[in-house]
Amino acid sequence: MINKMEAKHLDFYYKDTQALFNINLPVEKNAVTALIGPSGCGKSTFLRTLNRMNDVIEKTKVVGEVLMDNKNIYDPDVDPVELRKKVGMVFQQPNPFPISIFDNIAYGPRIHGIKNKQKLQELVESSLKSAALWDEVKDRLHDSALGLSGGQQQRLVIARVLAVEPEMILMDEPASALDPISTSKLEELVRELKNNYTIVIVTHNMQQAARISDYTSFFLNGKLIEYDQTNIIFTAPREKQTEDYITGRFG
Amino acid sequence: MNKKFVKYYEKGIKYLLALVAGTSILILFLIFIFLFKEGIGIFAKVGILNFIFGMEWLPASEPPIFGAMPMIVGSLVVTVGAGIIAIPFGIGIAMFLAEVAPRNLREILKAIIELLAGIPSVVYGFIGLIVLSPIIKDLFNLSSGLNAFTASLVLGIMALPTVVSISEDALNAVPDSYREASLALGATKWETTIRIILPSARSGLLAASMLGLGRAIGETMAVLMVAGNATIIPHSVFDPVRTITADIAAEMGETVQGGTHYQALFGLGVILFSMTFVINLITDLVFAKTSNIQRGAQL
Ligand SMILES: Nc1ncnc2c1ncn2[C@@H]1O[C@H](COP(=O)(O)OP(=O)(O)O)[C@@H](O)[C@H]1O
Ligand SMILES: [Mg+2]
Repeated sequence: MINKMEAKHLDFYYKDTQALFNINLPVEKNAVTALIGPSGCGKSTFLRTLNRMNDVIEKTKVVGEVLMDNKNIYDPDVDPVELRKKVGMVFQQPNPFPISIFDNIAYGPRIHGIKNKQKLQELVESSLKSAALWDEVKDRLHDSALGLSGGQQQRLVIARVLAVEPEMILMDEPASALDPISTSKLEELVRELKNNYTIVIVTHNMQQAARISDYTSFFLNGKLIEYDQTNIIFTAPREKQTEDYITGRFG
Repeated sequence: MNKKFVKYYEKGIKYLLALVAGTSILILFLIFIFLFKEGIGIFAKVGILNFIFGMEWLPASEPPIFGAMPMIVGSLVVTVGAGIIAIPFGIGIAMFLAEVAPRNLREILKAIIELLAGIPSVVYGFIGLIVLSPIIKDLFNLSSGLNAFTASLVLGIMALPTVVSISEDALNAVPDSYREASLALGATKWETTIRIILPSARSGLLAASMLGLGRAIGETMAVLMVAGNATIIPHSVFDPVRTITADIAAEMGETVQGGTHYQALFGLGVILFSMTFVINLITDLVFAKTSNIQRGAQL
C-alpha cells in the first residue's frame, strides 16, 4: 500500500481548546478513506488540516506532521495556496459561485494562469464529464450555477475541483444536503473518481461509508479510535467504542 | 396567544407598516409639491429652459438674471470630484476592514470612521478653509485655495464614512462559503477578494457609491466655506465654483418671500431635487436589474 498522505502525532487547537489529539492516520493512494464519528468529534477539523484550510481561521495551532508524498505540508517552505491546488475540497453545503456554470469551472484554471479559450473549454468539458454532470448542463453552460438543483450543484463543485487537476479530493459530508437519488449519484461518482484521485470523505452516514470507502477511521472526542479496512471496521471492529457506534448504540 | 389574536396582531402590524411607508412617501411628495409651488413662478417668468441653461446668475442686477447653469455645473463638478475620491478609497477601506484586518484593528478603524461621520459639516468646512486650502494653494501655485478641487476633497472625506460602512456591510453579506470555496481551489486571498467577493457584492457597492454621491451633492455648509462661490462655469478644477446648495444657503436670507429671487432659489431647489431623484432612480434600476438576476437564478 502506498500512502498518499499520513498524519503523524497530529494535535490541533482552536485558541486554547484542543480539538484533535495525537492523530496517526495513513491515507492510501487511489483509495477512498472515510472518516466517521458523532458530530463534534473533530472530523471536519481533521479534514481541514489536510489542505491547511484551518490556517484561514484566526488563532489556530497545529502540532505534529501531515506528510504528503513524504513531505510535511506544515514545513515553512510549503505554500498553503500551492498545496490547495493539489488537495481539492468539497464542502457540506454546495457552494457554487453566483456566476455561470462555465465560469465556475473555469475559475480555478483561470486563477492558475490558463488563458487560452480552447484549453479552458476543454477543461470545462472534461471536468463536467468526469463529474457526471456534462449531459445535464451542456446546453446551459452560460446560465447561472445557482439555477441547478442541490445534487447538480454538488457535482458542479466537484467538477470545479477537478478542473484544477488536483491529486487528492477532500469531501466533508458532501451528500448531507442531498436527496437520496442525488446521493446515490454522488456515491457512484466517488467510486469512479478513486481510480484517478485519492479521496478522503467525512460522512455521518455509516451505510454510505460502508458502500463507498476502502478504509474507515472512527473518531471520537478528537481522538482516532480505530482505523482499518472498511469491511473489518464494519464486521469485526477491535474497539468496543467503534462497535457501539456502528451498531447505533450511541451517536 | 390564541390563533385569532395572532392573526389580528399580524394584520395590525402590516397596516401599521403600510401607514408608516405611506406617510413617508406622502411627505416626500408634499415636499416636492411645496418646492414646485414656490418655484413655479420663476419657470413661468424666465422660461424653464432659460432658467436651467442660462449661463449667468445676477440676482442683484437691474433687471436680475437667473440662469442656473453655473450652479448646476458647480454641483456636478464637486460631486463627481468627491465621488472620485470617496468611492475608490471608501471601497478600498471597506475591503481592508472586511477581508484583511484582524478583529481588534477592525473595531478600532470602524470606531474612527464612525467618528468621522459624526463631525458636524461646519467643522469640515473650517478645516478645509484653514488647513487644506492654504496647502492646496501652495501646492498647485494658485491665487486662491478655495476652489472646486478643495471642495471635492472636503466632500470626498465627508462622504467616505457612508461609502465605507455600506460597502463593508455589502462585503460582509457575501457568504463565507464563497471565500472558502475560492481559497480551497488554491486562490490567494487577494484573488478571492477581487474575483469573487467584489463581484458578488456589486449591487451593495453600487448603492454605497450612490449614497456617497447623494451625501456629497446635498452637502451645503462645508462646500459654501471652501468652494470659492463664484457663479461662473469653471474651466478647470482649480476654478472657484458655487453649488446649488451653497447658493440657496447664501442668498435665502436676502430674499423677499414670494419675490422673484425667492422663487428662483426654489427653482434651484426643484433642480437639485430632480438631480438626486435621477441618481436614486438610476441606482434603483441597476440595483433591481442585478438583484433580479440573482433572485431569478435561485428559483
Ligand atoms: N472555527 C472553530 N472555532 C472554535 N471551535 C471550533 C471551530 N470549528 C469547530 N470547533 C470545535 O471543534 C470540535 C470539532 O468540530 P468539527 O471538526 O466541526 O466536528 P465534526 O466535523 O466531527 O462534527 C467541536 O467541539 C467544535 O465545537
Ligand atoms: Mg463536520
